[in-house]
Amino acid sequence: MKLWRRLVCLARRRSPWLFHMNAGSCNGCDIELVAAISPRYDAEQLGVRLEGSPRHADILCITGPVTKNAVNAIHTVYGQVCGPKAVVAIGSCPATTNVFIDSRTIDGPLQKHIPVDVFVPGCPPRPDAIIQGIAKAAAILAERGMNPPEATIAIAAPTVEEQP
Amino acid sequence: MNLITALARLLIFPGLLFAIPAAWFFLWVERKSVALMQGRVGPPFMQPFFDFIKLMAKSTPQRSGIAGALMRSWPLIALAAAAGAVGLLPVLPGSGGFEGDLILLLALLELPSMCIIAAGFSSRSIFGEIGSAREAALSVSYNIVFLLAILSIAASQHTFKLDALAALPASPLRLLGIVAIIVCLPAKLHLNPFSLPNAEQEIYSGPMTEYAGPELAMWELSHGLEWVAATGLVATLLAPHLGAWWLAALVFVALSFGIVLLLSAIAAATARLAIDTSVRFYWQCTLIFAVLAISSALFVRYRL
Repeated sequence: MKLWRRLVCLARRRSPWLFHMNAGSCNGCDIELVAAISPRYDAEQLGVRLEGSPRHADILCITGPVTKNAVNAIHTVYGQVCGPKAVVAIGSCPATTNVFIDSRTIDGPLQKHIPVDVFVPGCPPRPDAIIQGIAKAAAILAERGMNPPEATIAIAAPTVEEQP
Repeated sequence: MNLITALARLLIFPGLLFAIPAAWFFLWVERKSVALMQGRVGPPFMQPFFDFIKLMAKSTPQRSGIAGALMRSWPLIALAAAAGAVGLLPVLPGSGGFEGDLILLLALLELPSMCIIAAGFSSRSIFGEIGSAREAALSVSYNIVFLLAILSIAASQHTFKLDALAALPASPLRLLGIVAIIVCLPAKLHLNPFSLPNAEQEIYSGPMTEYAGPELAMWELSHGLEWVAATGLVATLLAPHLGAWWLAALVFVALSFGIVLLLSAIAAATARLAIDTSVRFYWQCTLIFAVLAISSALFVRYRL
């Protein structure tokens, strides 16, 4: 049983499948995420696969400052990812809402709606930074595997100050 | 074929004990060779194994009633059929078999594709339904060519017994049939020019969209076993008749590996065709050759 658990931890670290979701991004971070799986950066070496369906994914990659339109979609997609799961916020927008702060069309940051495990800051972040963020999220997933997923989601969520 | 040899073929070689690692190996070879041809490093060697373990340990969404039971059972039926198809392959010389096992093999090879169609429709996802409709259209087109090619091989050699077919020497007609089978394999294995049912940029994952966790792992495994069965069928038809069992097994593995490389090269070098182009390709371009093959096979048979 212990061997199986260790094997599962290893497998979770070695095979992070992503689902990419755009929550009102300007496309800058989206292009950098796609660049991370291109031949130059080749994230598939770490077992990363960009999946079409949130049901297949382990890591939810969210870009954009969370527009009001996107809030329901974020909740739906977060619910569709099967546990154990991790969330990576790519770019400065989901972390702080960036230059869109105080906009009446924005309901960010992302932390308000779902627990985020890893922030990758930058406008846009470099592909190597994104790959590093995914690798960190995969390591978090591997540790989370020992515990029931619902218990750890709250613990894994780091605390940040509310935006003014 | 008595019970013990049947069980040994199903469970050991070329059955599950050989076929499951071979399935993971072929899935890795496909991904790695595509990566190398795109100038990437590609996934590590154990990647399909890690993917499988990880999916087995994930949770699945709650599904109740008949729809849930159906959705859980389709991948298992597909897996069982693919494993049975691998177990039927006449790899070792003199391993038995029965009259008409070629027909059973064809039925078992077809069952996973039927399960995919049913799974897409029973998942009630719009992407799954589109994927299933595409798989059904594609299956109707390539199967005509596939079945005609296998019929032409069987007709030219007067037998429906796989063991006897594999033992007979290869003739030019048989090579024509094998080429026709290889043309059908990309569509059967959902590879690139015909990867329409699971076209990830268009309809997410097609019929698999709603599947998660262990169910998805079963689909991945049955897809890998389909690789082993389909390439193994071509390998047994191509392989020369050898006396020693270890030599036969070695030639079988080497030929299967070569066919996997060929199919991956085609997949890396081509882009996805539209559904009407794919259907037209099989009905207009390749059907002529398949009809030629079967008519010449019948002609040769009645002249001799």
